[in-house]
Amino acid sequence: MFSFTKENLQRIEAEKKKYPTVESAVMPVLWIAQEQNGNWLSEAAIKATADVLDLSPAHVIGVASFYTMYNKQPVGKYHLQVCSNISCSLLGAKKLIHHLENKLAITHGETTQDGLYTFSEVECLGSCGTAPAMQINDDYHENLTIEKMDELLKGLEK
Amino acid sequence: MISLAGYEKVILPDIPNLNQIAVYEKHGGYEGLKKAVSLSQDDVINEVKKSGLRGRGGAGFPTGLKWSFMPKGDKVRYLACNGDEGEPGTFKDRQIFEFNPHLFIEGTLIACYAMGIKTAYVYIRGEYVKWINILQASLDEAYAKGYVGQNILGKGFNTDIVIHRGAGAYICGEESSLMNSLEGKRPYPRIKPPFPAQVGLWGQPTTINNIETLANAAVILRKGADWYSKIGAEKHPGPVLYGISGHVNKPGVYEGPTGMSLKELIYDVAGGIKNGKKLKAVIPGGSSTPILTPESVEKATMDADGLRAVGTSMGTAGIIVMDEDTDLVEALHILSKFYHHESCGQCTPCREGTGWLEKIVGKFAAGTATQQDYDLLLKICANMEGRTVCALADAAAWPVRNTITRFKEEFEARMIENKNKAGWDYSMKAVSGV
Repeated sequence: MFSFTKENLQRIEAEKKKYPTVESAVMPVLWIAQEQNGNWLSEAAIKATADVLDLSPAHVIGVASFYTMYNKQPVGKYHLQVCSNISCSLLGAKKLIHHLENKLAITHGETTQDGLYTFSEVECLGSCGTAPAMQINDDYHENLTIEKMDELLKGLEK
Repeated sequence: MISLAGYEKVILPDIPNLNQIAVYEKHGGYEGLKKAVSLSQDDVINEVKKSGLRGRGGAGFPTGLKWSFMPKGDKVRYLACNGDEGEPGTFKDRQIFEFNPHLFIEGTLIACYAMGIKTAYVYIRGEYVKWINILQASLDEAYAKGYVGQNILGKGFNTDIVIHRGAGAYICGEESSLMNSLEGKRPYPRIKPPFPAQVGLWGQPTTINNIETLANAAVILRKGADWYSKIGAEKHPGPVLYGISGHVNKPGVYEGPTGMSLKELIYDVAGGIKNGKKLKAVIPGGSSTPILTPESVEKATMDADGLRAVGTSMGTAGIIVMDEDTDLVEALHILSKFYHHESCGQCTPCREGTGWLEKIVGKFAAGTATQQDYDLLLKICANMEGRTVCALADAAAWPVRNTITRFKEEFEARMIENKNKAGWDYSMKAVSGV
């Protein structure tokens, strides 16, 4: 079951006012739904989004499924998103990815059994000048090395 | 020769806390807006035309001309500010959001005044949470000071600015996809015509400008078109943010005049190639722009004409530098994988073509390609270029076409018939893991 909290319903009303059509608020409302639902969009969260905007669930799924950042399955407490595009790869991103995969024993799109980490290989994060880079949930971590990555993970465990 | 010597930074000047409105005002902030509202709408557009500003988002279209396409009259109209910044090798707009957000806000207001727009939407890529928050804080300040909102500067001009967060799709940087995304639709690019100035957001006249372009508009109104047009290359003037990444000692975003030599940017500004290595290749304007050999880099200047002369284009001025040890087959494979991932799937040549490009470039990476595969790659490119609704197919095909022709030997060495000759180590595949 999923229903928007009273506070989020108010936020949704505010989002609707920003656009000339209600349909246009679908992206911000999906963000709110994902946030309330523990960083992923369940079927119930999609349904609630559709209801609150008077859209069909099919339309909302059509939108949500297009974008990589709307998570269609549960993700760990820490979503490790490592860029593997050109500038990051020139500076060793692949090595970082192998290190991370070995360390956590998961590959792209998988979550550790304790539900702590999800690893995703992502496209260009716009950190080319501070490559290689990784995003942990919303935060950027740049100029990464294997040592720096290990330290970051250690900090998260605490 | 155009160089950094004596250049005065205006987009990202070295002034601390410029994101705070009081600091920004102290350094000439919102003077451009005041100037703009003292002029007629047409005069503002003419000033931008006269400046010679060309869009900084990739296509390089003359901004003033674009603004003049907006129809006259009372029709509701919109501005969409494109901060999707998804082109690999491009990381400049986030610098504006972080270090000079008010310059962008001011440029947006000037554009809205000139075109009679009451609402501007700022589309920012979903990953940029930090920069969305910084911009929102600056926007709140600007609202509080009466620069945004109702009756701006007491001139009876009203404009709201709304930030819209993307959610991870490269295609949304394409202007018509961006509009569908804003409308809450599945963001497939639209067929043109009609062009956005006629039928844009929610069916109304719309202009789409890049973040850096709008920041430049604020500079033009503050300093004047005459001052602006004297900076950099004559036919492609103004300040530009060069984003230099890859194998250089000092990667980063550097502001300079257009028309600088690519060599100066790589060797002086960015401190040269890492570990004293030699240069192998440079992508000059984001991943879609054709790659350059070292001989071309010697001659290239960073402006439309200078880059056309060496068979490439300015794009987003995101310069990706690759040293002599770079495996260009692997590099191309990364880019082909990217375009395949990001194709929206609407047009068959792109949906299928990007997949085949990735697969066949992958054969070169694995060392199982043949001469036939080489020819097939060129054929696929020809069947993609210019045959789709938007330019993503072209953006995917150009790097393939140009990398395999300009660095032909490297691809030939990976063909099955040459593998013993080249003595190439196939265990590389496991290491690269692509």
